[in-house]
Amino acid sequence: MSDTAAGLNPADARNAARDVRRRKLQAFLFVTPLLVFIIFAFVAPIATMLYRSVHNPTVANLVPETLAALDDWSGNAVPDDAVLIQFATDMKRMANDRTSGQLADEINRALPGMSSVVKSTARSLRRVDDAEISANGATLLLEANDRWSDPTTWHALKAAGQVYSSSYYLTSVDLERTADGGIAQRDTQIYVKLYTKTLRMALTITVLTIVLGYPLAFFMAHASDGLANFLMVFVLLPFWTSLLVRTTAWIALLQTNGVVNSSLMALGITDEPIEMLYTQFSTIIAMTHILLPFMVLPLYAVMRGIDSSYMRAAISMGSRPLGAWYKIYLPMSLPGLSAGALLVFIISVGYYITPALVGGTDGQMISNIIAFHMQQSNNWELAAALGSLLLILILLLYWLFDRFVGTDNLKLG
Amino acid sequence: MNDLGSDTFLRFDNVKKSYDQKSLVVKGFDMDVEDGEFITLLGPSGSGKTTVLMMLAGFESVTSGDIAIAGKSINRTAPNKRNIGMVFQNYALFPHMTVAENLAYPLTVRKTPKAQIKERVAEYLKLVELSDFGARRPGQLSGGQRQRVALARAMIFEPTLILMDEPLGALDKNLREQMQFEITRLHKQLGFTVIYVTHDQTEALSMSSRIAVFNDGVVQQCAPPAELYERPSNAFVADFIGENNFVPGKVITLEGTTAQVQTDGGTIVAQAVDGLAIGHACRVSIRPEKLFIPPTSHAHDNALTVRFNTRIYVGDFIRYYFKLPDGTDIIVKVLNDLSAPEFADDAEAQLLWLASDSIAFPAG
Ligand SMILES: Nc1ncnc2c1ncn2[C@@H]1O[C@H](COP(=O)(O)OP(=O)(O)OP(=O)(O)O)[C@@H](O)[C@H]1O
Ligand SMILES: [Mg+2]
Repeated sequence: MSDTAAGLNPADARNAARDVRRRKLQAFLFVTPLLVFIIFAFVAPIATMLYRSVHNPTVANLVPETLAALDDWSGNAVPDDAVLIQFATDMKRMANDRTSGQLADEINRALPGMSSVVKSTARSLRRVDDAEISANGATLLLEANDRWSDPTTWHALKAAGQVYSSSYYLTSVDLERTADGGIAQRDTQIYVKLYTKTLRMALTITVLTIVLGYPLAFFMAHASDGLANFLMVFVLLPFWTSLLVRTTAWIALLQTNGVVNSSLMALGITDEPIEMLYTQFSTIIAMTHILLPFMVLPLYAVMRGIDSSYMRAAISMGSRPLGAWYKIYLPMSLPGLSAGALLVFIISVGYYITPALVGGTDGQMISNIIAFHMQQSNNWELAAALGSLLLILILLLYWLFDRFVGTDNLKLG
Repeated sequence: MNDLGSDTFLRFDNVKKSYDQKSLVVKGFDMDVEDGEFITLLGPSGSGKTTVLMMLAGFESVTSGDIAIAGKSINRTAPNKRNIGMVFQNYALFPHMTVAENLAYPLTVRKTPKAQIKERVAEYLKLVELSDFGARRPGQLSGGQRQRVALARAMIFEPTLILMDEPLGALDKNLREQMQFEITRLHKQLGFTVIYVTHDQTEALSMSSRIAVFNDGVVQQCAPPAELYERPSNAFVADFIGENNFVPGKVITLEGTTAQVQTDGGTIVAQAVDGLAIGHACRVSIRPEKLFIPPTSHAHDNALTVRFNTRIYVGDFIRYYFKLPDGTDIIVKVLNDLSAPEFADDAEAQLLWLASDSIAFPAG
């Protein structure tokens, strides 16, 4: 006899549960490759970067005993002889291991000018006898360079010796820790200005892509299929040519004897070539060109879906075309507009190659300085701190965007 | 500007339209519309109905000819100055506004005072029986409710003319009938003029005061529903409106409005239309419900011998399919009562009808 009760009997429940489990496992297997890839290629590097920005064990590994001895130091005079002797011993060892250069770099970051001090001291202590150092290390050290008798130097060493430190973040926002533990403005103000400039440039580029992209997308959305496809090729053309080639083309156009300048001079608009390359202007122009598709594509996708009858309805009800556009069409195209603006803005905040090639010093953005710290000054910790700050900034902007526009209003195609 | 009769409310005067500068989509459209009429444009797909409506609303330019309202040409009037209400097939309700905001839109652009807008919106919501729905978004309404909002929005600024382009096309059959009733009611109650486009002839026949049958950019006939059905002026209309049988033949005599026609199955008598000539080929139309199968008590003037093909049970009536000697199909509709006869396959049968129920049209 069949069982007609509404509920599941235990066997049914078991079967149903097994079905659900199997489906979950299947779903999991489908996303596993991507998950592994993302963890490997995205989550792990970012975690490393965040960790690096606060963690720097170099000095602590080089001179652990000196740092331990410095723990008891009062801080307002030259440390005890014991500390100096320990440091002299460490210096001799490093001079022979050829690791004194690392220490020189690290201390130099905390206190500019220390690089040569450390190096010359290491040179002078290299050949000195161990017994001699144990007995007279302090004097030898103070004789090698008189900066060792300045407490500031030892503060710098102690600061550089911290394994975990917030100093890179402080540097990223142009602050530093003073000898008495407070926080003060640094002498050189670079990074805050650079962040503001980057944001301002990204905003300019976003506005420019809107000004250029919105009418184009509007026209394409209302053109015949053939014409729209033809124009689409032109929009997508930047995607199909190498970024480097396009950027180089901009160099050819904008340079002092480039096409633009010679045309302007031939037309008699200027007598002398205008300096356009290696400026903010050239960075903004080139990036606007490169990022335009990211604005046009979502806009076009959204506008294609807006039937012409909405505008017609509004006009038939007595609205002027511009009013109808503002009240009806603009709100309906907003998902595409905000998606495009967000894409362009976020991409341009972190853009590297174009400012590096056509920006000169004036057109540098924050990514370029991050690259500089990674490749030239070898200050990976500061690069990581600057990068993390950029990430935080973008997340913050995204959060604001979500608050005020709403991400469910986004449409990426 | 031409001197157009100022007594007609709306006049199309030889209106032509070409999209591609080569061929005409609308070829000389003439029509006079009285105030308060319900005019339906009916015709096959691509015959230019929407084009006429768009020219009237001002969204397409008129290639030549004149459209005039109350004696004044509106060819050069901007669409937002025409004061014509429109209902679109997809309703075109603004998705980011509530129902009440949608209704308020035409009043807002006219700078009507706020209090008055509120009052009028409430009044029109009541009129379409949606008083409790003002705060909803169009996305939260059913198809029929959206349709009613669209109607209310087209009426709320009190245009004298309302255009509807297949407004019920997206609704299912029951809802369509309900909305047809609704539109008729509002039309009677408020007295505006309607130009209505539809594919659906039952819709056209049941709602309109006059129907203009369109084909190939030309109006074939413009007449009240009954006249269109009973006295089609040409073979296209006879075929397009309702179902019809066509018997081929040749005209042998022509007396006033009656013609004698020689067919393969014998001589029959029919009403003649203009353009018929003795000796020329013609087609005689008879509606399936006007044909009778003996034994019958109905009067008749004509009889033809046919061969039974098949019959289909439709419910309230039965459709019989016969064949003429030359192979032409003849359909007969018989009420599903005790008199519905049975036939063996290929059996011979007689069909009877009145001369006044059949019309002879020139062939071709
Ligand atoms: N914007 C346009 N550009 C070019 N040709 C058009 C345009 N709009 C319509 N046509 C053509 O004009 C003819 C008439 O179109 P119209 O839309 O008026 O037909 P319709 O009677 O409304 O048809 P349907 O019943 O299918 O809606 C068609 O052949 C169509 O292809
Ligand atoms: Mg149409």
